[in-house]
Amino acid sequence: MRVPVLKQGACLVAVFQPGLTDAELLALREDLSVRVGEHRARGVVLDVTALDLIDSFGARTLRGIALALRLRGAETVLVGIQPDVAFAMAQLGLTLEGVDTALDLEEGTALLSRRLAARRHNGR
Amino acid sequence: MDAETRVPILRDVDVVTARQSGRALGASLGFGAADLTLIATAISELARNIVDYAGRGEIVLAIAEERGRRVLVVVARDDGPGIPDVGLALQDGWSSGRGLGLGLPGARRMVDEFEIDTAPGRGTTVTLKKWLPEGR
Repeated sequence: MRVPVLKQGACLVAVFQPGLTDAELLALREDLSVRVGEHRARGVVLDVTALDLIDSFGARTLRGIALALRLRGAETVLVGIQPDVAFAMAQLGLTLEGVDTALDLEEGTALLSRRLAARRHNGR
Repeated sequence: MDAETRVPILRDVDVVTARQSGRALGASLGFGAADLTLIATAISELARNIVDYAGRGEIVLAIAEERGRRVLVVVARDDGPGIPDVGLALQDGWSSGRGLGLGLPGARRMVDEFEIDTAPGRGTTVTLKKWLPEGR
């Protein structure tokens, strides 16, 4: 099952489904990179609320997606990491350095709006 | 040991099946949500190692009773190339694959007992044990 990607204003929202496979996560990477161009999206929200774990491959790939999308001109924020998932990730040493995170979709969208406003202000 | 669950590991969907089976077995044993996530994450790391390095293998899940306590046992077994330097593979940040090099050392930190049996050409068997907290 591919990860559905929704358009919301100038942003894209990728809604992760439980039982995501490695191949599906890699497909999302390609998909988002293309769709940021198609929709001229400035921001991307990765909503992982439904994931019951994020292991080292998942963390590495999510980080890669966020960094690649920044190079494509879009800010990315990861939202919805569940408490137990966060605990297990910390135990594993997965810090997702360089990736913005927010509590949920609402907070994530607000964070993106602030970032995009700051960008406009700085004339980028 | 009573009931055993065997999950053949050949490709990425099997990684998902293995961790879901581990979570289900752990839940039936009475583990809490935080422990179940640790168990599932550890299984995910081991199963992916099988796919990435050995190509095929299996994850065996079982419930055992040791010293009067219930324990969830996870055995990840393959006949792959084996690990030449186990000490190195257990170090944080060392990776020869596509991970972060946190798989084995990370899995080790998430459980109570960790055992690895490997040698070049002899495959790899990793055994994890997670003890059910007392009073559950």
